[in-house]
Amino acid sequence: MSDSSADIRYLRFLKPNGELDKDAPTGSHDPNEIADLFRRMLELRVFDSKAINLQRTGKLGTYPSWYGHEAAQVGVAAAMKKEDVLAPSYREGGVMLCRGVSMAEILLYWGGDERGSDFAVPRDDFPYCVPIATQCLHAAGAAMAFQHRGESRCAVAVNGDGGTSEGAFYEAMNIAGVRKLPVVFVVINNQWAISVPVAAQTSSSTLAHKAIAAGIEGVQADGNDIVAVRHCMREALEKARKGGGPTLVELITYRLGDHTTVDDAGRYRQQDEVDTASDLEPFIRTRKYLASKNIWDTQLEEQFLEQCTNNIEAAVNNYLATPKEAVEQMFNHMYAEMPESLLAQRAHAIHFCDTDKD
Amino acid sequence: MADVTLIDALTMAMAWELEHDDDVVMLGEDIGLNGGVFRTTAGLQERFGPQRVMDTPLAEGMIAGVSIGMAAQGLKPVAEIQFMGFIYPIVDQMINHAGRMRNRTRGRLHCPMVIRAPFGGGIHAPEHHSESTEALFAHMPGIRVVIPSSPARAYGLLLAAIRDPDPVVFLEPKRIYRSNKQAVADNGEALPLDVCYILREGSDVTVVTWGAMVFESLKSAEQMSAQGISCEVIDLTTISPIDEQTILESVAKTGRLIIVHEAAKNCGVGAEIAAMVAEEGMYDLRCPIRRVTGYDIVMPFYRREMDYMPSVAKIGDAIRDSMDD
Ligand SMILES: Cc1ncc(C[n+]2csc(CCOP(=O)(O)OP(=O)(O)O)c2C)c(N)n1
Ligand SMILES: [Mg+2]
Repeated sequence: MSDSSADIRYLRFLKPNGELDKDAPTGSHDPNEIADLFRRMLELRVFDSKAINLQRTGKLGTYPSWYGHEAAQVGVAAAMKKEDVLAPSYREGGVMLCRGVSMAEILLYWGGDERGSDFAVPRDDFPYCVPIATQCLHAAGAAMAFQHRGESRCAVAVNGDGGTSEGAFYEAMNIAGVRKLPVVFVVINNQWAISVPVAAQTSSSTLAHKAIAAGIEGVQADGNDIVAVRHCMREALEKARKGGGPTLVELITYRLGDHTTVDDAGRYRQQDEVDTASDLEPFIRTRKYLASKNIWDTQLEEQFLEQCTNNIEAAVNNYLATPKEAVEQMFNHMYAEMPESLLAQRAHAIHFCDTDKD
Repeated sequence: MADVTLIDALTMAMAWELEHDDDVVMLGEDIGLNGGVFRTTAGLQERFGPQRVMDTPLAEGMIAGVSIGMAAQGLKPVAEIQFMGFIYPIVDQMINHAGRMRNRTRGRLHCPMVIRAPFGGGIHAPEHHSESTEALFAHMPGIRVVIPSSPARAYGLLLAAIRDPDPVVFLEPKRIYRSNKQAVADNGEALPLDVCYILREGSDVTVVTWGAMVFESLKSAEQMSAQGISCEVIDLTTISPIDEQTILESVAKTGRLIIVHEAAKNCGVGAEIAAMVAEEGMYDLRCPIRRVTGYDIVMPFYRREMDYMPSVAKIGDAIRDSMDD
């Protein structure tokens, strides 16, 4: 029997020991460029832990941490062009941040305010998607729109390992294959879907294999390797832009945190697994690499973190100072024009709204 | 007999039935080792094994579809959908198969299965975690829809649902999962389905409600009684099929009807009750029927969710209006 993973490419260039493979693609050997990406990763990490703290102190609703996903998120966003369109899953707000959504907007969303999905940029990106995997079809549809208009744009769906069990995921890959759509399906395989490990999710030897039945290319990369993530995303997007059709990109990483702030992962997974994964996480190797090129050290990191923290504090203050939307706003965006029948309901809601508490 | 929460009562009922009926199996996302995201199935996999309490891959259509397959072949699956917001992939399976199997095979095959799902707002949950869409399932012929509102009824009704030979969508008002405790005898005794429960007797106004709104309605009734208005509060409990008789008898006594539900008004279950009373009890009414419901809008994110939902004040207002008519 042949090894069923043999036909799936696996990309890793920045090794866990911080060494950059000499076969790394041209264009990834500029350490300053990697340093830029690393700073983004740091920013994501600091923001993420701040968001968890806000939830713990009652200032934010349930929040899904992306702790451990930073290289995957930064790499996906770095490979995309501004005019491309993202259809994110509920956890991957880091990709949204890198595409220009503001921290205050992300906080508004998890703080229970719809304006978090009305981000100033990028205007064409889809908002967070909570019903797992449904966004994969939206990305395929967006790609159909680009193809229809002959635009050189791509759509990117970000989904989780658990999300690859949903019908919507297969259906999206299938139509994308049939129509050679300019779309990339990213699966962030963080090994867990709440309490369900990948092995209980599928018997497929890799998630990238799921591409094969759809007749599209599947590729795996080390999701903790910023170089590999960006590179395989760039390849997939370039191919899609040239009419070469869709790709499924499986990024292998680990969910280092709880599923969300209301979850306790200690109930269902062993700490030594988390410890092992922590050794492979994306910051250690990137830091080592940059240090070996003499362009990063603890002092620079401290300086940068301070700057980061200040930016994040400002965003948090902005979020906390944002008053609730007027109650009628929950009616005003239901249809392009307000139907007659909603007018009385809106008046009722305004009448009963306790403005003292607002 | 210890006081237990609604969640505890559900766990007790499932444990009882797993213990006493080998055909009962449970399936869902994260229901095993993790015990469900609300801990409703906590300890059940440990006690009854992973063959009977199964974690499934993440796919709701699959969960409903395999439940139908198992049920048609002699098992009694109790499936959990993690939140009502993620229940929609099962609609195809429920309307095209679960609700039709008995009829289309003229009774040869049938589907003794339960779909459990937490629903409703009021717990500051993220987007898609707070909706009430029981009317969708109530509209499906051949499906029962049941909503408990107390620990004791949760226990007895879930047992009844599992034992029922037909498919039941069992919706759990998560806002009251842990909000009050009650002594529940763990004796395996089911409560009847297809009947309403009168929670408070009264003579001036009938209030029909269900789920978490039972509490808002009872509070409102209490306030009204201080103002000399006597409310009868009925917990609909089985949302479909409706126990028409209990409602009609109450309306015959009071002459006034208020329906309170969290779900949107348009084509909500309240519309069905109002239509039924208009058809069958019109001449008992002394004033127009009133509905206090969620608005016909997308359930707002949590900062505004309480403005969306019926409240004691909104219910009280409708009751007073009825009295003034
Ligand atoms: C359709 C649907 N079913 C269930 C849920 C509840 N839920 C939220 S996240 C999650 C697990 C998702 O796992 P995965 O796709 O691996 O993404 P990750 O959480 O690891 O980022 C589940 C079951 C949901 N949001 N949508
Ligand atoms: Mg996952």
